[in-house]
Amino acid sequence: MGETAPDDGISLRVFLDRYSRILILAGIVVFMAVTRPDAFWTMSNLSAVAFQQAPFMILMSFGMTLAIITKGIDKSMGSVLVLSSVLGAGFVKNGQFLLGISLALAVGIACGLVSGILITRVGVAPFIATYGVEWVALGLAFVYTGNVYIYDFPQEFREIGTGRIFGILPNLALVTLAVFLVLHFMMRKTVFGRKVYMVGNNFNAAALSGVDARNTVTIVYIVNGLLAAMTGILYMARLNAADPGISAAFTLDSIAASLIGGTSFGGGKGSVAGTIVGALIIVFIRNGMNIWGVHTTWQQTAVGFVIIFSIFLEATTQKLTAFAAGKRKTGE
Amino acid sequence: MTSDNAILKMTGITKRFPGTLALHNVGFDVREGEVVVLLGENGAGKSTLVKIISGVYTRDEGEIIFNGEPVDFEGVQQAQQAGISIIHQELNLLPERTIAQNIFVGREPTIPWLPGVIDYRKMVTDSKAILADLGVDLAPDALVKDLSIAQQQMVEVVKALSNRTKLLIMDEPTSSLTKREIDKLFEIIERFKRNKTSIIYISHRMDEIKIVGDRAVIMRDGEYIDTLDVKAMSMDEAVSKMVGRTITRLYERHYNQPGEEVFVTRNLTGIRFRNVNINVRAGEIVSLAGLVGAGRTEVAKAVFGYDPILSGSFELFGQTIKSPSPDRCVRLGMAFLPEDRKAEGVILKMPVKENLVSACLSKLFPNGIINSAIERRHSERFRRELKIVTPSVDKLVGELSGGNQQKVVVGKWLSTDCRFFIFDEPTRGIDVGAKAEIYHLLDALAAKGAAILMISSELNEVVGLSDRVYVMREGDVVKEFPRLELSQEAIISFAIAKEDDRNA
Repeated sequence: MGETAPDDGISLRVFLDRYSRILILAGIVVFMAVTRPDAFWTMSNLSAVAFQQAPFMILMSFGMTLAIITKGIDKSMGSVLVLSSVLGAGFVKNGQFLLGISLALAVGIACGLVSGILITRVGVAPFIATYGVEWVALGLAFVYTGNVYIYDFPQEFREIGTGRIFGILPNLALVTLAVFLVLHFMMRKTVFGRKVYMVGNNFNAAALSGVDARNTVTIVYIVNGLLAAMTGILYMARLNAADPGISAAFTLDSIAASLIGGTSFGGGKGSVAGTIVGALIIVFIRNGMNIWGVHTTWQQTAVGFVIIFSIFLEATTQKLTAFAAGKRKTGE
Repeated sequence: MTSDNAILKMTGITKRFPGTLALHNVGFDVREGEVVVLLGENGAGKSTLVKIISGVYTRDEGEIIFNGEPVDFEGVQQAQQAGISIIHQELNLLPERTIAQNIFVGREPTIPWLPGVIDYRKMVTDSKAILADLGVDLAPDALVKDLSIAQQQMVEVVKALSNRTKLLIMDEPTSSLTKREIDKLFEIIERFKRNKTSIIYISHRMDEIKIVGDRAVIMRDGEYIDTLDVKAMSMDEAVSKMVGRTITRLYERHYNQPGEEVFVTRNLTGIRFRNVNINVRAGEIVSLAGLVGAGRTEVAKAVFGYDPILSGSFELFGQTIKSPSPDRCVRLGMAFLPEDRKAEGVILKMPVKENLVSACLSKLFPNGIINSAIERRHSERFRRELKIVTPSVDKLVGELSGGNQQKVVVGKWLSTDCRFFIFDEPTRGIDVGAKAEIYHLLDALAAKGAAILMISSELNEVVGLSDRVYVMREGDVVKEFPRLELSQEAIISFAIAKEDDRNA
């Protein structure tokens, strides 16, 4: 009957759920700061990690997180990034920045729309639908570029990726922060965000509550396309090149960051804040291993271990939840 | 109370979960070849008890003697080997496997000269023999996913039987069966009894208990209350012992003059129904009766825009609609409370409060931004009004009992401005006390001028609550009954008339 009694299962679950990732991140940072203050705990290293390496991964992972919350996945994000940036690159090179950027964003939106329609109207599984879009987008990018780099953009354009606001805060960090705030608010405080969680938890129940479930999912994929295109523009400005070869790494990284950040493949669970933590864990592991001079192939393995560990964490919390629920129901 | 031919003797069974005492000093016997009906409201401890008997949980205190020996099962498998099988409310079959594979799962016969290789042909012949023996008309190599729920339940029964079961536990076995299927199940139970198999039978359907039960054990709040002889006990006596209070009247209707037509279908045709012409007026409760599979749920889902409409149309509050969608229906004031509550009615992993606002998000938060104070106030209000038993509206719906989950579904729709409600099996699997509350609520809704279309397989509630009843059979509406002509017998005769013709 009326139970408000403290419950070990519950509190452990909440603890694991909320703080385990932050603790892992803090552990990595503390470990590096203590063992290698010379190379790690320096302004130049930390700002390179936080403002140059992390933002791209974080931006992409935001989109991936949304897709996974709807119980889907967006395999196409890396390719959409590539396609939108190479298509925009031509105009940008000619100095038509606005046209180039608009085209890139439009391409991103179109790709997301195609994925969304395939998933919600045709009924293709998200993995398959976005897998298809991934191939087509990357293929088109190679056709368009003839498999060569597009590089050397005007300085004014490059400012987008390299500049700093008031000479202090890098544009990249600012954009990432702004996108985070918008998405965080959207997911936590808006009706649309609520619908995304409902649809991810139980598509049928959401639809039968009068939620426009199919449109909700479609919009999520459109947002992903938009985020991919945006990241593409920033990346192009930062690197001074549009490179079709990077797509796969981006997609895999963003899936990893979402998972490590606590987003569940079961759908309906996850947050963009967690994803930032997940992305930072990956970035700091790589940075730390670089400093220790570990070969890059081992970085891959290490990230793999973290992914497995966080899936284990996720499974443990779910078991605790189920256990607590079982006790509760039968105990009533 | 002990008896010499008891197959199962339990004394002093106690089970604690953190914060609660789920079972306290429960003890009774089950004799060889008898059916003991376990009666109690949701949360009385019935499922905890049968889970202890079948090895899912371990007990904290007490003694279980099965087949003359004290037992201490660790896990379901041990219990099964000893001869205890359980058929859960939620079926545990492998949908992509055949009936034979399901019957023999975990103990597949092997080819004698090829150790380790499964003898599928033997599985099929053996299954065929068992099925034929029970008079169940199913092919052993049909895939389970292609079977109806009722047929799947039969497979579970066959599986238990072929397992040399001495004690079979059935948790609400008839909740998704039609009348005829239930009769079939009862026949099979009779055979079990003749083979000296004992049965513990959990059900909320009082009418069945009379037919199938020998003794009734009544539980309340985790305690053993009484054992009654089923043939001699009166239903009122049993119910008042279960609830600990007297329920004055289960069905109470305040009939009033129906208002204007709220919902009218015009030759509505969908995948499993044809040319349906029905109407519901404001203030009326109209029922769709019929066998499972007659097309009742399909009509409701098509009207709500969840399944396609092939031809025809319907009118809702004066608007003609040909291709509805759920969000449009809700905007027009139509609510749908689906049959499968856990899968479609609520979102189990979301809190009570988020479920309670889920159908009226745009009404409560017109600017698209969720105001948590409004959300809390709104959900607290419906928790109070519907007496939803939960420590807090922040609890996940999955942690509530079935009856309270159903109240959340009702609350979610009451909080919309809807004035036309479709209730699909509103009382399935919930206890008498909660049923009475749901009936009371339906009556109150109608009295306030809402129009209600109810789909129910429980004929007593159809007869007890409806203003009018449409009977469906194999996709057609075959009969309309006004209230004064209603009787269970009359409804059944139209629901199954065709088969009777065929048999004659």
